[in-house]
Amino acid sequence: MTVKTPIYLDYSATTPVDPRVAEKMIPYLTEHFGNPASRSHVFGWTAEKAVENAREEVARLVNADPREIIWTSGATESDNLAIKGAANFYSSKGKHIITVMTEHKAVIDPVRELERHGFEATFLQPEPNGLIDIEKFRAAIRPDTVLASVMLVNNEIGVIQDIESIGNICREHGIIFHVDAAQATGKVAIDLEKLPVDLMSFSAHKTYGPKGIGALYVRRKPRVRLEAQMHGGGHERGLRSGTLPTHQIVGMGEAFRIAREEMDLEIVRIRRLRDKLLAGLQEIEEVYVNGDLKQRVPHNLNISFNYVEGESLIMAVKDIAVSSGSACTSASLEPSYVLRALGRSDELAHSSIRFSIGRFTTEEEIDYTVELMKSKIGKLRDLSPLWEMYQEGIDLNKVEWAAH
Amino acid sequence: MEDNGIYLDHNATTSLDERVLEAMLPFMTRQHGNPTSRHSFGRQARSAIELAREQVAAAVNAHPSQVIFTSGGTEANNLAISGIAASYGVSQIVTSAIEHPCVSRPALAMKYRGWKLATLPVNAAGVVETATLEERLQSDTAIVSVMLANNETGALQPVAELADIARRHRTTIHTDAVQALGKVRVDFAALNVHAMTLSSHKINGPQGIGALILDKRIDIQPVMHGGGQERGLRSGTENVAAIVGFGAACTLLDDRIALHESVVRPLLQRLEQGLHRLGAVIFGAEAARLPNTSFFAFSEIEGETLVMALDRKGFAVASGSACSSDSSEPSSVLLAMGVEPDLAKGAVRVSLGPQNSTEQIDAFLATLERELARLRQLTAVAV
Repeated sequence: MTVKTPIYLDYSATTPVDPRVAEKMIPYLTEHFGNPASRSHVFGWTAEKAVENAREEVARLVNADPREIIWTSGATESDNLAIKGAANFYSSKGKHIITVMTEHKAVIDPVRELERHGFEATFLQPEPNGLIDIEKFRAAIRPDTVLASVMLVNNEIGVIQDIESIGNICREHGIIFHVDAAQATGKVAIDLEKLPVDLMSFSAHKTYGPKGIGALYVRRKPRVRLEAQMHGGGHERGLRSGTLPTHQIVGMGEAFRIAREEMDLEIVRIRRLRDKLLAGLQEIEEVYVNGDLKQRVPHNLNISFNYVEGESLIMAVKDIAVSSGSACTSASLEPSYVLRALGRSDELAHSSIRFSIGRFTTEEEIDYTVELMKSKIGKLRDLSPLWEMYQEGIDLNKVEWAAH
Repeated sequence: MEDNGIYLDHNATTSLDERVLEAMLPFMTRQHGNPTSRHSFGRQARSAIELAREQVAAAVNAHPSQVIFTSGGTEANNLAISGIAASYGVSQIVTSAIEHPCVSRPALAMKYRGWKLATLPVNAAGVVETATLEERLQSDTAIVSVMLANNETGALQPVAELADIARRHRTTIHTDAVQALGKVRVDFAALNVHAMTLSSHKINGPQGIGALILDKRIDIQPVMHGGGQERGLRSGTENVAAIVGFGAACTLLDDRIALHESVVRPLLQRLEQGLHRLGAVIFGAEAARLPNTSFFAFSEIEGETLVMALDRKGFAVASGSACSSDSSEPSSVLLAMGVEPDLAKGAVRVSLGPQNSTEQIDAFLATLERELARLRQLTAVAV
């Protein structure tokens, strides 16, 4: 087979910049280098125009008004601004926040930070398929709940939450509703004119745009207010100060334009690749898909390989660039907190791999990956005493292990 | 440079150096890994970031472990002011009267949370009076922040001296070195400050990236929470291409500073001789200043009007800092220097770069003279 290794199957960690995006960015790195805040000359105006065009493109992908889009340095900053900004602004109405155990750290950590400043938070446990039970969400609401934050597409397992139902409940109770959509743009259709969502975070580098740029949607009708987290020159209507990085903004605009125009076709192609990958991997014994398969973006396939040790699995599959758990926590050897929240055992969580498929993935790469996994899992299990015991029919849960 | 005209606004932003672009391009295209990922794509991105960290550190005589990458100068200043003050506890924050809003506004935000604010005044030349710091430090103080060079007047501030005083009082001191970097030598160790803000786009690097240089013994709380990047002080996927570009721009700093002495300073002198001849008041002229910045006014000529007139003739200048160019209020820096509000409203900033030439300065002066005459005529008619 003629595939170039390592094969990149980690599109949920970050995507390559689409060449069309890079091409659009470069003039704004070279001849159009003005500071968009410079109101006194044409260098500044050129930059400002590019920034506003990009704002329109981002708004169009999610059917919002361009005036509802605030530039940030990325989804982490958007999440921080949304959560701390809204919680602090509305704190006189109450200090309770609802979120989910499987949110990204960029949501969980700001909520934890608010807890240190007198807020209380409920971290909902999702069902074993990764989805939230709407009734459990409703039951978590208290009279002093001011904010809820639920991600649209999970970064580790790709499941799609029922944002519309959750948002409707929030509306009934006057709760500000934030949605982290970093993993969703270009993968699911988002219509903010219809969705009852107040704040939504976006990232460029998960959608074939550059790193270091993101946006926060802030609803105008009914108007949502925020306390700024970064203070200075008063850019972005005072909500986010700092010189706007024009080339990156232009890149995000172009990336979101491409996503809008091509996502329908791209999803079909990626679903076909995912189905092929899944079918191939399911030929291996004792594999478990993490997260619901139906209510899920086709770009993500998270699978646990039973009776294989996690670290050696990662070492064995060096020819494919994949992730075990989210990239943002993979520096630690802790099993993925997302899989743990689904009720997966430490062993299954440890031996999980997230395959994420994207725009440049080929059928050959999928075939190669399936063959590689079959062979490596086979070899690792040959070395595993646990696999041997399993094959002999011993129930490992009943084995009493001697301490050593 | 495009045909937009002659760019004389280098304190607002600078064009990207070709060599910097070349260093960045691979990371905008095929080397796209997330530095937190453990596979080879991720590891390549990680090494690129660490190389850039060394390059930034070397440019300002700091240790690589002291470099925290941020989304720019604004974020670095916010992190320094809010992060250090919050970590220290409710007390006092001392800043100068001429700080950039991305220092003064986070300080103001802390005031709403219970901190006291104290200001260091400046003299008529726009230089902070060091003696007042001693007085201000009689109150328990979390952080002192004074910029190294003012963005509007270019006046250099006695930061090393202030650092001595602050250290005698065991107080943390931060300097915003955004405008000084790449125009004069900036030495973190010699300045003896605990924290220092840098920005890439003012030194021919890309926009959207900056750094806080931080003495690791200083307690600081992050402003942004999440994945725990940058030692937990700045969460969020690293902006690899921009970080690489910032590092590359830092390797060019020695040449850049040398050019500011050999090329830019003489251009500024030529400019200011011409301005004097035309009757301009040059703000901060008595102070030691950056070699590229001239902030001036002509009595009875509105700055905004003059700037627009110059733009129509193809000269990009500013009526103050880009960040506050929205407002028609006179510059708070000039008011702090005791300049009359009417004169302050006439302020125009020219900030030069090594790409500017003698011919451009002469053309600028000639145009300025014509525009002044035209505007004065209009004023005379109006009166």
